[in-house]
Amino acid sequence: MRGSLSKVLAIFWKDILLEIRTKESVTAILVFALLVLVIFNFAFEPETATMNLVAPGILWVAFTFAGVLGLNRVFAIERENSRLAGLLLCPIDPMLIYWGKLLGSFTFMFAIEIIVTPIFLVLLNLPLFLPRLLLIIVLATLGFTSVGTLFSALANNIRARDIMLPILFLPIVVPVIIAAVEATALVLQSSPWGDMMTWLQIMIAFDIIYLVVATLVFQYVVEG
Amino acid sequence: MDETESALTAWAIEVEALSKSFGRNRALSNIDLKIGRGEHVIVFGPNGAGKTTLVKVLSTLSKPSSGTVRVDGEDIRSDPVKVRRRISLVSHDTFLYDNLTVYENLRFYGKMHDVPDLEENVREVIARVRLEPRLHDRVGILSHGMQQRVSIARAIIHNPSILFLDEPEAGLDPQAVVMLRDVLESVNTPERTIVMTTHNLRQGVEMGDRVVILDRGKIVYQASRDDIDTVNFYEIYQSYTGTGE
Repeated sequence: MRGSLSKVLAIFWKDILLEIRTKESVTAILVFALLVLVIFNFAFEPETATMNLVAPGILWVAFTFAGVLGLNRVFAIERENSRLAGLLLCPIDPMLIYWGKLLGSFTFMFAIEIIVTPIFLVLLNLPLFLPRLLLIIVLATLGFTSVGTLFSALANNIRARDIMLPILFLPIVVPVIIAAVEATALVLQSSPWGDMMTWLQIMIAFDIIYLVVATLVFQYVVEG
Repeated sequence: MDETESALTAWAIEVEALSKSFGRNRALSNIDLKIGRGEHVIVFGPNGAGKTTLVKVLSTLSKPSSGTVRVDGEDIRSDPVKVRRRISLVSHDTFLYDNLTVYENLRFYGKMHDVPDLEENVREVIARVRLEPRLHDRVGILSHGMQQRVSIARAIIHNPSILFLDEPEAGLDPQAVVMLRDVLESVNTPERTIVMTTHNLRQGVEMGDRVVILDRGKIVYQASRDDIDTVNFYEIYQSYTGTGE
């Protein structure tokens, strides 16, 4: 168990180090997410009823498409120079590669969300301290990246991978995005905890199901 | 099979009736091959003969369509993780991360192989490939020849008993090839089994205890070095493959 954890962390740390040095993913995702927010902010007047209605959708559109951009890069690093073969030659269960990669995808996406969310809240003149929104972001991001990491590995073997990833992946992840949008709307309306429980439960169930499924099938995706 | 039993197995690699197909295309056809412990086998063949596919199957990267492959007595399909502890592969792709340093790359792969005394081992393997002064340089700034030497260090960091070399000289200039050959000699130990594919007939014949010629997925010729007419090996190769590659 300890050995497995150290290998997961080694893969995770390797990806973090590469990202710190190249800034290939985070910069592109961050710029994209901020652009979406700014454009929508100009399209809808802040503090209007329409803005309150569409704001959760804007936030999750920004996160979803920025997330897809990031997921395209998750296995691109391993594709170059046949590094995935190098990883597969290591005497480890392939599921550890999945968990290491998932930890990296989650961290990158969560880091972007932590930067983008306060800007979104300021643009909408909303309070900055919304712990319930943080919970929604954590649950939705976990679901998003658990499926996304698997599909990124799958798309890695496909020729038109940049196009195929969103086509394959977005229909699967729709339930978690809808739940996140609905729950975010309730948080922004200051609704009580009880109102958003159903959406939180959907996200938790989605996370558990897809973490288990992706862990089990990852080996067949990368080893063929 | 436990460690003691596998240690008693006579062959490092046993291949029986191995075939590998990609759709309708048969890359390997009914291959039988036994490689002894510490033996150096050189596999020749024209492009598309199936050399890389054979190495991929033997090194667990690709599953056989039919037939059996045992590495150190272990069936590669039943416990590939156990097999991977004992093998390593140097290919024309180095598997290295350009934006990590030589040290970081070796440390990463060492961790993935549970290498004990990792610091000491990293320094030892980097000394064997004679790249100590470049230990903290990023791999991306090294020449292709140097990267290939780092790749050899990566491959031997867990002291594998079987080393697969798939055209390690591809894309290297003659000077780098000479350097690489020296490095390969330095990692060559009597107990290490080596299976190498190459297009370089002269060097291959010099390095191997046995040569195998593969053509269209089949072994068409094999002989031990003592039985080979080294002077006329080029003609032998041509007669079996119909090419002068």
